Amino acid sequence: MNDLTGGLAEAGRLLFGGNPEVWEIVRLSLRVSLIATTIALFLGLPAGATLALVRFPGRSMAVGAVYAGMGLPPIVAGLLVSLLLWRNGPFGAAGLLYTPAAMILAQALIATPVVAGLTMAAVSALDPRYRLQLLALGAGRLQAVWWLLREARLPLIAAVIAGFGAVISEVGAAMMVGGNIKGETRVLTTATVLEVSRGHFETALALSFVLLGLTYLVTIALTLLQRRADPARS
Amino acid sequence: MRGIAFGRTRTWLLAVALFAWVLLLACPRPALGQDATHPAGEEVILATTTSTADTGLLDVLAPLFLEKTGITLKPIAVGSGAALELGERGEADVLLVHSPEAEEEFMAAGYGIERRTVMVNDFVLVGHAVDPAGVAGASSATEAMTRIATAGAAFISRGDDSGTHALEQRLWKAAGITPQGDWYTESGTGMGDTLNITAERGAYTISDRGTYLALRDRLGLEVLLEGDPALLNIYHVILVNPDNGRDIDTAAGLAFLEFLLVPETQAVIGGFGVEEFGEPLFTPCADGCSVLDLEATPAAGTPVSSS
Repeated sequence: MNDLTGGLAEAGRLLFGGNPEVWEIVRLSLRVSLIATTIALFLGLPAGATLALVRFPGRSMAVGAVYAGMGLPPIVAGLLVSLLLWRNGPFGAAGLLYTPAAMILAQALIATPVVAGLTMAAVSALDPRYRLQLLALGAGRLQAVWWLLREARLPLIAAVIAGFGAVISEVGAAMMVGGNIKGETRVLTTATVLEVSRGHFETALALSFVLLGLTYLVTIALTLLQRRADPARS
Repeated sequence: MRGIAFGRTRTWLLAVALFAWVLLLACPRPALGQDATHPAGEEVILATTTSTADTGLLDVLAPLFLEKTGITLKPIAVGSGAALELGERGEADVLLVHSPEAEEEFMAAGYGIERRTVMVNDFVLVGHAVDPAGVAGASSATEAMTRIATAGAAFISRGDDSGTHALEQRLWKAAGITPQGDWYTESGTGMGDTLNITAERGAYTISDRGTYLALRDRLGLEVLLEGDPALLNIYHVILVNPDNGRDIDTAAGLAFLEFLLVPETQAVIGGFGVEEFGEPLFTPCADGCSVLDLEATPAAGTPVSSS
C-alpha cells in the first residue's frame, strides 16, 4: 500500500513539480494515439459499414479477418511495420522507423480492425427496415449510409473509445517501432517499462497513474459526446 | 432533402478539416526548437545493450553528443545479440555492445569496420545471503557455477542472447556443465526483471554491477562472488560496415565512435553513477585501463581477492 500511495504522490510531483519531460511524454502519447485513432476511424468506419451493408463474394472471409484483426497482438503489428520501414525494407527510403510517424502507423494498424469490427456490429444491429425506408424516401446510397451511421452513433462512439483504449495502452508496437528514444518516441507505456527495468518502481507507478488518468479523461470526454448524441436525453 | 444535402456537405468539410489536421500533426516539424542547432537534422542509430539504457548512461551522453556534433543520437536498447543482428542487417550505424566472442565473429565476418574498447565494469554473482550452495567461498567463477549445479540450487538465466547471457554460457562451458533441470530457469527478460525473479525465488543469477547497484535497495540480494577476471564486462563500440545495407550513415557512426573515446566523454563515463549509487558504474577504458591487464592473466582458477 505504501508503494501505491507513494506512486500517487510521485505522480503529482511529476506532473506539477515543473518537470517538462513528463508533460512532453504525455503530449506525445496523446498525439500519437489520437492521430492513430483518427486514422483508424477514417479507415474502419467505411470498411465496417461496407461489410455490414454490402453483400459481395469473399465477404465472410473479410468479416473473419476483421474479427481476427481485433485481437491483433501489438507486437505483431510492430514487427510488420518494422519489416516495412526498415532501411532495407520496401519503404526504408522514407526513414520513418524510430519516429512518432512509425508509431502512429503501427497503432492505426491495431485500432482499425477494432473500429471496423465494432462499426460492422453496430450497423448490422440496426433494423433492416430502416434502411429500406430511407431508400423508399428517395435517399441516395451514400445518404442512406450516412443516416444509418447517424442512427448507430452511440455504439460508434463506443468503437472509437475501444480503439483509443487499445492503442494508448499498448507497449509492444510503440517499443518496437519507436525505440523508446528520450524526447522523441518515449510515450507513457514505454517510459513505464523503462522505469521498471531501472528499478524505479515508484516512478513507474506514477507514470501508470498518469496513463490511467489520461485514458479516463479522454474516455469521459467521448462519453459526454455520446450522451449529447443520445436522442433519449436531448 | 435539402437538409440532408447540407448535412453531408458540412460533414465532408469537417472530415477534410480533420484529415488535414491529422496530416499536419503527423508530419515531422522541422525548424522547431532543437533542429535549429543542426540544420541538416542528421541522426545516428545506435543499437546497444539494455544496461547502457537501464543505467541511464545514454540519457547523459545523448545531449552531450548533440551539443558537440549536432547529430541526434537515436539509441535502440536491445540485448547485445539483437544489437549485433541489427548491425549485420544494416539497420544501425554504430553499436555499443558487450559480448566479446559474438563481436569477434561479427568483425571476422566483415560486418564491422572498426571496433574499439570504450569502458569496462564487471559482472557479479548474486544470491540470497543464506547461500545454500556455498558460492561465497568459491575460489573462482567456474567453481561457483560448479557448486550451484552440484547443489542443484535455483539459478535464473537471462536466456536472451544478451551479453550477460553469453558470459553465463561461457562460465558453464568452462565448468564443463550443461545447465538443465528443475534448478535452471530461463527468464527471457532483461537484467532488472531477472534480478527481481531471482530475489522472489531465493535463487542465484549473474548480473552486471550497474544494474545490480541500481536495484540493490529493493532486492535483498547479496554479491556472493566478484573480482574474478572472467567476470570482466568489456564494452566495445563497433562501426557498422556500410556494405551491410542501404543508407548506413558511416560518417555519423564514426563521429559517435570518436565522441565516446575522447578524454572529455571518458571523464563523464567515469563519473557517471557516483551521485546516485555512491560509486561509478563504469570505468572508462579508451586508452587501456589497469583492470584490463587482469584479463591477460590466466582466467580460470585465479583466486578472488576482494569481497
